[in-house]
Amino acid sequence: MMTFFADMLSYPFLMRAFIVGALVALCCALLGVSLVLKGFSMIGDGLSHVSFGALTVAMALNLAPLPFALPVVIFAAFCLLKIKNNSVIKGDAGIALISSSALAIGLMAASLTTGMNADVYSYMFGSILSMKESDVSISIVLSIIVLLLFLLCYHKIFSITFDENFARATGLPVSGFNMLIAFLSAVTIVLGMRMMGTMLISSLILFPCLIARQVFQNFFGVTVCAGVLSLISFSIGMVISYQFDAPVSASIVLVNLGMLVIAMMVKKCRH
Amino acid sequence: MSNKTCTNIKIRPKNNTIVLSCKDMTIGYEDQTVLSNLTFEVKEGDYISILGENGSGKSTLIKTILGLTPPLFGNFEFKEGFSHKNIGYLPQQSSAQRDFPASVLEIVLSGFLGKKGWHPFYTKKEKEMAITYLREMNIEDLKEKAYRNLSGGQQQRVLLARALCAAEELLVLDEPVTGLDPTAQAELYQMIEHLNKHHGLTILMISHDIPGAIKYSNKIIHLEENSYFFGTKMEYKASDLYQHWKGEM
Repeated sequence: MMTFFADMLSYPFLMRAFIVGALVALCCALLGVSLVLKGFSMIGDGLSHVSFGALTVAMALNLAPLPFALPVVIFAAFCLLKIKNNSVIKGDAGIALISSSALAIGLMAASLTTGMNADVYSYMFGSILSMKESDVSISIVLSIIVLLLFLLCYHKIFSITFDENFARATGLPVSGFNMLIAFLSAVTIVLGMRMMGTMLISSLILFPCLIARQVFQNFFGVTVCAGVLSLISFSIGMVISYQFDAPVSASIVLVNLGMLVIAMMVKKCRH
Repeated sequence: MSNKTCTNIKIRPKNNTIVLSCKDMTIGYEDQTVLSNLTFEVKEGDYISILGENGSGKSTLIKTILGLTPPLFGNFEFKEGFSHKNIGYLPQQSSAQRDFPASVLEIVLSGFLGKKGWHPFYTKKEKEMAITYLREMNIEDLKEKAYRNLSGGQQQRVLLARALCAAEELLVLDEPVTGLDPTAQAELYQMIEHLNKHHGLTILMISHDIPGAIKYSNKIIHLEENSYFFGTKMEYKASDLYQHWKGEM
């Protein structure tokens, strides 16, 4: 077992993918608890499509992908928050609108310039080869910020997630927290989607929280369980992908799906 | 059952101090006036019901009192040392909340957060206070239970306990009995009356239940399009608004 892991991680690109992927999965799971329970889970989906659009446009214009995509996606995250609070365009319709438009812009930009090359496919479905040294350092900094946020502001995040109106009335900086969580989600998604792909990154946000909800009845349990599960399912997914030469993103999603089915059965049996 | 004598909730002597008042205030949002020339005052120990049709501005009034929406004209005058932050609030529940994975204690303790600043953990004293409030609501035995498995009436008591953690002087309740079955409604009314009569808490309560408002509160604010009523229960019963409503029944 140990030699298997040592063998697997002896490839530098796998080592990088493992570090970035595990940290991105952890951040997605923690931020996901807040997003999903607040009914903001579609934001993850919207942002992954905007990332796709931004990354392909950057590629088409021959710009550096991360420095171009990050500000675009962060801006989109704030817009999506606004849409959520806007009654003119309903939240889910607005997000679907932005998602498909961003996807269309990305595809158009790619097909008019470079064509549907390997990079475009990797943005769509993920690629384990795409992680660079810089991604490793960004993901370490990002996960430290997310972990610190959850350690130091855990109770405030709970209050804002459970009842925004009450939290606002007690004087908590609700909008500030919402923007911070949207900002961190944007960075996490831009980092993670080149490895997990547009189609699958939002599953990293949804699954851990949904699985943990089946098993735990309190917020603390759900948060910790989601964090731990994300690391476990990521590791198992990586091993399956390495062993059977399967796409890493699909492996991770299927492991998550399996866990969700098991958790639902456990819940059924308990009642 | 709880022993009412061993609680550490302060019992306030009733006097005529004005907690908050406003004169000729205009409320609304984003420059859109909902109600103008609003004048009323809330005294210590008052139990005021806020009535009115949907869209008459009840929620805007509550938001203005809580300091979430600034008034378009005029200002509140508060009792010395009192501000928006000293108000305990029980908002309406959303459907997502009813199914939220949280324990009762997690929810009740979150009432303290507004006073804590950046301190990340709850103190022992806060935990004891939370238990005291749960005991006061007769739900101490539910403290480790999952919120989503409670009945509607029990959930409202949990939120009432959380409001008490935030402030134990003035409570603002947004339709607390709406959607409860008659028994649970009566129990919650008694609970609120107990807090008002026994502990001297001041209550401001949005309601659609006019008979309940007449029965329990001492003053009524009834909002209408472009006008409103504010006065004692007796004055309200003599008013055209009430007679009109009674005629429709």
